[in-house]
Amino acid sequence: MSKVVFKRPKALADVVTHYCPGCSHGIVHRIVAECIDELGIQERTVGVAPVGCSVLAYNYFNVDFFEASHGRAPAVATGAKRARPDLIVFAYQGDGDLASIGMAEIVHACNRGEKFTVIFINNTVYGMTGGQMAPTTMPGQITTTSPYGRDVAQIGWPIRMCELLSSLKTDGFIARTSAHSPAEIIKTKKAIKKAFELQVANRCFTFVEVLSTCPTNWGMMPIQAQKRIEEELLPYYPLGVFKSPNGDASKS
Amino acid sequence: MAKVLMKGNEALAEAAIMAGCKLFFGYPITPQNEIPEYLSRRLPQVDGGCYLQAESEVAAANMLYGAAGVGERVLTSSSGPGISLMSEGLSYIAGAQLPVVVVNMVRGGPGLGGILPAQSDYYQATRGLGHGDFRVLVLAPSTVQEAADLVMDAFDLADKYRSPVMVLGDGLIGQMMEPVEFKKKEKVELPPKTWAATGYKGDRERSIINSLYLDPLELEENSWRLKARYDAMGRDELRWELTNCEGDYDVLITAYGSTARICKTVIETLKKQGISVGLFRPITLFPYPYKQLRDAAQKAKTVFCVEMSTGQMLDDVKLALEGSRPTQFYGRTGGIIPTPDEIIGQIEKILKGEEVDKR
Repeated sequence: MSKVVFKRPKALADVVTHYCPGCSHGIVHRIVAECIDELGIQERTVGVAPVGCSVLAYNYFNVDFFEASHGRAPAVATGAKRARPDLIVFAYQGDGDLASIGMAEIVHACNRGEKFTVIFINNTVYGMTGGQMAPTTMPGQITTTSPYGRDVAQIGWPIRMCELLSSLKTDGFIARTSAHSPAEIIKTKKAIKKAFELQVANRCFTFVEVLSTCPTNWGMMPIQAQKRIEEELLPYYPLGVFKSPNGDASKS
Repeated sequence: MAKVLMKGNEALAEAAIMAGCKLFFGYPITPQNEIPEYLSRRLPQVDGGCYLQAESEVAAANMLYGAAGVGERVLTSSSGPGISLMSEGLSYIAGAQLPVVVVNMVRGGPGLGGILPAQSDYYQATRGLGHGDFRVLVLAPSTVQEAADLVMDAFDLADKYRSPVMVLGDGLIGQMMEPVEFKKKEKVELPPKTWAATGYKGDRERSIINSLYLDPLELEENSWRLKARYDAMGRDELRWELTNCEGDYDVLITAYGSTARICKTVIETLKKQGISVGLFRPITLFPYPYKQLRDAAQKAKTVFCVEMSTGQMLDDVKLALEGSRPTQFYGRTGGIIPTPDEIIGQIEKILKGEEVDKR
C-alpha cells in the first residue's frame, strides 16, 4: 500500500505561479502554507500582499487576502488586526517594499508591538520592476540603477532590518534565516512556525527575514545564486534569532 | 435626547460613535485635533473600539483600508496637508470598493498654508482626491448640528455605495460651539458585507481586497462599475437647501458650509432693507445638485457665488447654469472669513449693475 509522503498544503492554492525558476518565493510560500495547515488556522488567516514580485501572492494562498499599496502592508495589517484581533494576519513583503518606501510603516508597527507576522523576503534587488538597486543591495553589486556597482559613499550601506528592528525596546520575535540550502530552509520553516505560534498565542510582533535568491536579476543560474547567498550575503547578513519575547535572543 | 453645547469637532466624533464607528486612525493636525483627542478618550469605552495614532497620514489611510476590508466601520479626520498624504490610500480604498468616512476640516493652503478656516480644498474633495477614475461622496455641513447629522449619514452612505464618503467642514465648523442634539437614527437596511476578508471557510469565494487589475478589460470594467455608483449617487443622494427662495429675487447667492451661514445673515439684513436675495446651499458637493441650482436660478438675474477660496465651487455653479445666467464671484481665502457687511457691499454693486470686487 502506498503512503503519501509529500503533498500540497491545503492553504496553498493549486495554481501555476509567475515566479522565475530558482526564485525563493515558491519555497517561502509553501512554508507559510504548511505553517497555516499545521496550526489549523486557515479559516481565520488573512494575508497582506505587497507591491513587488509577490504582488500576486493573493492568488497563491487559499486564504482571504489584501493587496496593499507599496510599503504599506504593515499599516494595512495593523488596521485589519486591530479591527479583528481574532484573525491571524500576516504581511508578506520584499526588500524594496519594506526597507525603502515602507520603512516608516514597518518600524512603527514593530514598535507598537502589533500582533501580526511579517515575512520579509530579502533578495537585495527590486525584482518586479526589473532589477533596480534596493536598500539591501550589497556594496559593489551591479543593478540596472547601480551600473557601476553600489557605491556606499554615495548611497550608504545596505540596511540590516533585523538589527534595526531588534534595537527597539518593545517585545517582539525577530529572526533572519535563509532559503539557500535544505538545512537553512528547514530552519526557515522553524522560524516562521515560531512566528505564527507566537501570534496565535497573542504574544508579540513577529518578523522573519528570509535571505532569498533572484537568479533572473542577479544574472545567475539558480545554483550560483544559492552560492552567492552563502558566500556574499551571510557575512553581512548574519542568520539567527535577534530578539524573542522571553529575551533568549541567540545568533547562530 | 436633550441638547448639549459642544464644539463641532467633538460633536462630530460622538456622532461617529453613535453611528457604530469602531475604529479611528489619524495623525494630529490643526484645526481638527479635538476629533482624535475626543475619540482617544471615548473609543476605548466602546466594545471592540480602537483608537490608534498612526505614524503618518499615509499610514493612517492604509490602516483604514485594513479595518474597512475586514468589515468594520472606521473613521479618520485631518486637514488639507494631511488629506493630501492620504490620497494614496484613498485611491486604493476607492479602487477596492471599501466604505470609510473621512473628515476634512479645511485650513488655508496650498502647502503648509495656515491653520485658519478656508474652503480651498473643494477641487481636491470633489475632483482630485487621488489618482485614477474615482470620486467620493462629499457632504458639507454648515452648523454643528448638521455636522453631527451628516457624519451619521456618512457611515450609511459609505456602506450603501461601498465608497469613501468625505465630510468637508472647515476650521470654523470644527472649532465653534453650538447646541447639538444626537438624534437616534432609524436603522437603514444595508447589504451584508459578504465581500469582507474575515477568513476563508469554504462557504463563499475567497475575499480579496484589491485594486490591481492587470487585465485592462477588467480594470475598465471596475472603472465603469464605480462610475455607475457615482451616477446612482447623483440620482438618489442629492442634498441642498433653499433659503428665501419662495418669493422673487434678482440675486441668488450660492455658498456652502460656513460661508452659507454668513450669507444667511446677509439675507436677513437685506430683508430689513426691503431687498430680497435668495440662497442656494448645496449640501452634497459631489454629486452636485446641478439641476436644482439651475431651477433656483430661473428667477434671478445674476447668480452670485461666495466662497472662502479664489473660486473653486464656481466651476460647478457655471456647469449647473449652462450659461443661462451670468455669474459673479466674491472670495476671501487664506483663513480670512468674509463679513456680512463685505458681502452686502458686493450685492449692492450687483444690484447697480456693477462688477463685484475681485476680492
